[in-house]
Amino acid sequence: MSLLLVLYAEFFKIGMFSVGGGLATLPFLFQLAEKYGWFGAEEISNFLALAQSSPGAIGANMAAQAGFRCAGIPGAAAAVAGLVSPAIVIIVVIARMFAAFRANKTAEAVFRGFRPAAAGLLAAAGFGVWKLVLIADPSGGPWYGRLRLKEAALFAAFFVLIRKFALHPVVCIAAAGAAGILLGL
Amino acid sequence: MKEWFDLVWTFVKIGASTFGGGYTMIPVLERELIRNRGWITMEEVMDYYTIAQITPGIIAVNISTFAGYKRKGAAGGAAATLGFLFPGLVLMTLVSLFISRFASLGAVQHAFAGIRAAVGALVLDTVWRLIRALFKMDGVSGARKAAAPLIASAAFVLSAAFSASPALVIAGAGAAGFLLWRPAGKGPDKKAGVPHGTEGP
Repeated sequence: MSLLLVLYAEFFKIGMFSVGGGLATLPFLFQLAEKYGWFGAEEISNFLALAQSSPGAIGANMAAQAGFRCAGIPGAAAAVAGLVSPAIVIIVVIARMFAAFRANKTAEAVFRGFRPAAAGLLAAAGFGVWKLVLIADPSGGPWYGRLRLKEAALFAAFFVLIRKFALHPVVCIAAAGAAGILLGL
Repeated sequence: MKEWFDLVWTFVKIGASTFGGGYTMIPVLERELIRNRGWITMEEVMDYYTIAQITPGIIAVNISTFAGYKRKGAAGGAAATLGFLFPGLVLMTLVSLFISRFASLGAVQHAFAGIRAAVGALVLDTVWRLIRALFKMDGVSGARKAAAPLIASAAFVLSAAFSASPALVIAGAGAAGFLLWRPAGKGPDKKAGVPHGTEGP
């Protein structure tokens, strides 16, 4: 029991102080590995790889694996609950004030600046994903020499399908998984 | 009761089809919440996304809580978040049980490589739509019409090329928004707008 409480408290702290999404929890996980030895530092990269390629939130998926390594299924539940508790409370408080806040003209002006920046940040995040998908390991040489042709073809094909036929994301993911196996990516 | 079930089920679906966390969730949200159900608007999604980036916690969780709150208050926020996390957690638990056999399977790695390509295409589709929306702002003319695309470009360059902190980029853009669109009567209102060189952080 007390182990689960420690897990909850440790992940509560991570949820409280990691700003900027799932990847921001990484340094905290390394700290945990050092402090408690629940898992090794080299295991954390496995957590990340699986969390990134599984549905859901990266941070929560990593927390689930870390908690599982420490105390089985109850451990996974405790770690995830700890991680998301502060965020839920903080966002509910903000959401409560949000309607009044948006009616305010000055706040509206500030948000009109926020929105295009959020679009730019999203594009930058996308750029990171596209590079990862399309360009092979940074082993030198010009980028077009390292283009992954099969991945690029798949990427282009899915983009056309999504824009032309509004293909459902789940269908996309399933089809892409099948295509990956068939093409031997 | 049916509305609650509907809320949780919608977020279970969103959770099951979001791969890669945070921003990859936006295309799915756009489809499920905006186009299919009309629960929120694209503007609200961008506001949630902004706030989620500058507040503690996982972006996807913050956005789920926000959207659930809009629908059903604080309990709705918690319900949406749990629904969103459920598919991933079930999978993580199963995978943890069979970890050594699962990760080394060649077929699994091929499937994930394909999935990453599709996720990239989904994100590109959303970015495409957002950029088009930036150029179609109503009721804005002259220099200020160019402001939104300029802010977006600056945010892109600062983040992609200089790895600037998202919180700083957003703060700078908020300051630019305040200078450009603040209500008249508060301080001198420069009709021509602010010189664009002074925008951004």
